[in-house]
Amino acid sequence: MSLVMPTPDFSVIARRSEIVAALRTIVSGEGVIDSPAELRVYESDGLTAYRQPPMVVVLPETTAQVSAILRWCHAEGVKVVPRGSGTSLSGGALPLADAVLLGLGKFKRILEIDYSDRLVIAQPGVTNLAITRAVEGNGFYYAPDPSSQIACSIGGNVAENSGGVHCLKYGLTTNNILGVELVMMDGEIVRLGGRQLDPAGLDLLGVVVGSEGLLGVVTEVTLRILPTPETARAVLIGFASVEEAGKCVADVIAGGIIPAGMEMMDRPAIHAAEAFVNVGYPLDVEALLIVELDGPEAECDFLIGEVERIALADGAVSCRISRDESERLAFWAGRKAAFPAVGRLSPDYYCMDGTIPRRRLPEVLQRMNALSLQYGLGVANVFHAGDGNLHPLILYDANVPGELDRAEAFGSDILRLCVEVGGVLTGEHGVGVEKRDLMPVMYSEIDLAHQQRVKCAFDPKLLLNPGKVFPTLHRCAELGRVHVHHGRLPHADLPRF
Amino acid sequence: MTGRPAIRPSSVDELAAVIGAAGRSGTRLEIVGGGSKVDFGASREASLLDMTGFSGVVDYDPAELVLTVGAGTPLVEVQALVASEEQMLAFEPFDMGPVYGRPVGASTIGGTVAAGTAGSRRLSRGSVRDHLLGFEAVSGRGERFIAGAKVVKNVTGYDLSKLVSGSWGRLVALTQVTLKVLPRGRVTTTLAVEGLSPVQAQAAMSRSLGAPLEIAAAAYCPRGLGRETSLTALRLEGFPTSVQARSGALRHILVGFGRTHVMEEADRFWHDMMTVSALPADLPLWRLNVPPSALCSVVEAMEPVGAQWLCDWAGGLVWLALADGEQRVRDAALAAGGHATLVRAPEAMRARVCALQPQSPGVTALEQRVRRAFDPAGVFDTGRFADSTHAD
Repeated sequence: MSLVMPTPDFSVIARRSEIVAALRTIVSGEGVIDSPAELRVYESDGLTAYRQPPMVVVLPETTAQVSAILRWCHAEGVKVVPRGSGTSLSGGALPLADAVLLGLGKFKRILEIDYSDRLVIAQPGVTNLAITRAVEGNGFYYAPDPSSQIACSIGGNVAENSGGVHCLKYGLTTNNILGVELVMMDGEIVRLGGRQLDPAGLDLLGVVVGSEGLLGVVTEVTLRILPTPETARAVLIGFASVEEAGKCVADVIAGGIIPAGMEMMDRPAIHAAEAFVNVGYPLDVEALLIVELDGPEAECDFLIGEVERIALADGAVSCRISRDESERLAFWAGRKAAFPAVGRLSPDYYCMDGTIPRRRLPEVLQRMNALSLQYGLGVANVFHAGDGNLHPLILYDANVPGELDRAEAFGSDILRLCVEVGGVLTGEHGVGVEKRDLMPVMYSEIDLAHQQRVKCAFDPKLLLNPGKVFPTLHRCAELGRVHVHHGRLPHADLPRF
Repeated sequence: MTGRPAIRPSSVDELAAVIGAAGRSGTRLEIVGGGSKVDFGASREASLLDMTGFSGVVDYDPAELVLTVGAGTPLVEVQALVASEEQMLAFEPFDMGPVYGRPVGASTIGGTVAAGTAGSRRLSRGSVRDHLLGFEAVSGRGERFIAGAKVVKNVTGYDLSKLVSGSWGRLVALTQVTLKVLPRGRVTTTLAVEGLSPVQAQAAMSRSLGAPLEIAAAAYCPRGLGRETSLTALRLEGFPTSVQARSGALRHILVGFGRTHVMEEADRFWHDMMTVSALPADLPLWRLNVPPSALCSVVEAMEPVGAQWLCDWAGGLVWLALADGEQRVRDAALAAGGHATLVRAPEAMRARVCALQPQSPGVTALEQRVRRAFDPAGVFDTGRFADSTHAD
């Protein structure tokens, strides 16, 4: 594995039994896990290429316990890695050999549902889908729907600013969150945001969402719920070229239509998905669009007609409109099964997550195919076409020596390409450890230093989830006094971890 | 505009040099765009840093839904540009100028971002912070940096765009902003119900927003304020067939509350909401941000002491005019679970009362550390938000 994590502090590991004992004074019984066999359960998250059993796992049940754990670790200089359901695709919850893994899995209660103000207050371990399940009987839902929604926790969604297929219209987590209770590394408990729309001062909530567990531990979340749209219909459109499909996406949006979802698949992904779920995807096309419209029935009918008209004008070779709910779900079944379907093509696959300006799509796909030939590894593409968020799936076999390294190098090249054309390293999966060392491709040392100083304002001893997001080790005192000339920092040879 | 010394940099390098030098010499700088909001907060002595030199469109591709402009670009120019492509800034920028008796249209886009104030559509589409995708700025350290990006979906690194939205020039001087733009509704219809009490109006708005009607804005003006009867207004936007269908469904909901009609002078009504012109211009003006269901408790607390008010955001935003009694306003906002901003007041009152509601000691300390992270020497500490409890 090419990833280098911070060198473990062996003086901390040597104190392991003392640390376990101290945690047991805060959380009793099975809430502290230290047996090697049980620790292995926590050795990785959704990015399974990287594994590291934690020093110890603690599973508190109350905010007071979280606060006491963090206060003790802060005083003793012990690192902490927070974890929700462990579904991160970027290694955000990857344990460290010398850190306490703080699991929020026992925070599983929905505390309040307020239909009058259209909000839910939930503990962080509640799953994303459980929020919708709790309110759907009253005609409401929680909009962000990451594909892992059956398992991923709402606290993890806050940490990662999770998206989903509906975020072009309904926003990411950050646009659907009103407030959090946050425990900082020194144990202090603060409330950011609330039940109202705007903050009283600086939007600290806004910077906590998406901070990947580096700024604090969320122990309560207040989120907005929305009335469930009256109808949803989907249209399946096939194109003879990716260019035409891309033009159709741009024309739909330029036509003033923001679909609830707009997904694209390329030929390899279409074939893999169809072979897996047999939903009737056309196999003679180079690109397939799924466009979903929601709202009142009259609106859906009208917009479906508009999308069809635009698609045919852009050269669509097939166009199918869902006739009923089961057909709409069938259209989605292929897309939602795309990852496991591609997984059948190859022993392993590596999912990437860059975003590009949509207008550069044909060029990016062309260059990705060239890279595929260069690395000798296949690639299938599914993407959230409406917002330009690509998910190339690189096919490899981890049992073939060197293939994982090649897949990672290929993935890095794809992300560099995304940034080169004006895009970003990650649209929704987060930086974590996976894209950490690529951050300088997108941001200069000065840009990153401005972000890292925010970290220092929340966690000056850098004890919370270290080794994630930022590629270069800077002590906070050092960041405070650095003088930069022409974008070059002194001590450019400082160790990079 | 105030007789204070002003500097107008014309390049990012020059701006960085000015801010860097201010940090070394202990000079304080107040960042100014169009000057529409200079009467917000305590009066101050800081030199003015005029940002209007950073003006103009950098990149705009309507089909990408992304617009990048210089922060000093006049807001009206930005709005005219996106309107020419049938698009909009969906948060409905709130131009504070008219609240201070200044003309409409003086604000810059950078000032709008720095104030973080959105208009009536904030209820459905979010605020400035939800549409700022990225920016270029010079921090109080005198260093140019960028954050975020120029695409609509991005989670790379900390979301500093949220932090600078509504930061009131206390962290950075913005030079360039990238905003998400959205298609403009082809038609707009406002349904109005007359004569509802605040309790009934709150219930009507809550019921309507709990139905899948995508209500764009919801406001309430009580009786008085030049009105014979109260007015509850709900706005729908979108494609004609959709607005027609939703309007029918909304009427069905509202019929239980009172006689419902399509408002004829709706543009005027919403414009008046945005200028808060119904409230007396010679009284201090407060902006209370509360949970919508708390509207009635705020009204019950404030009407007995003579407050005049109206509300937007389905009750979540209460505009309140009151001669004095600032503690009462702040207590009512806090009791409702929200906070109160002093938007307009005589100079003496602004010197005494912090414009922003003081927060818990923990949050205040955290804010202070975040400010020092961007501005270690306090270049942007102008005293604008100073009061006895808020060392600035």
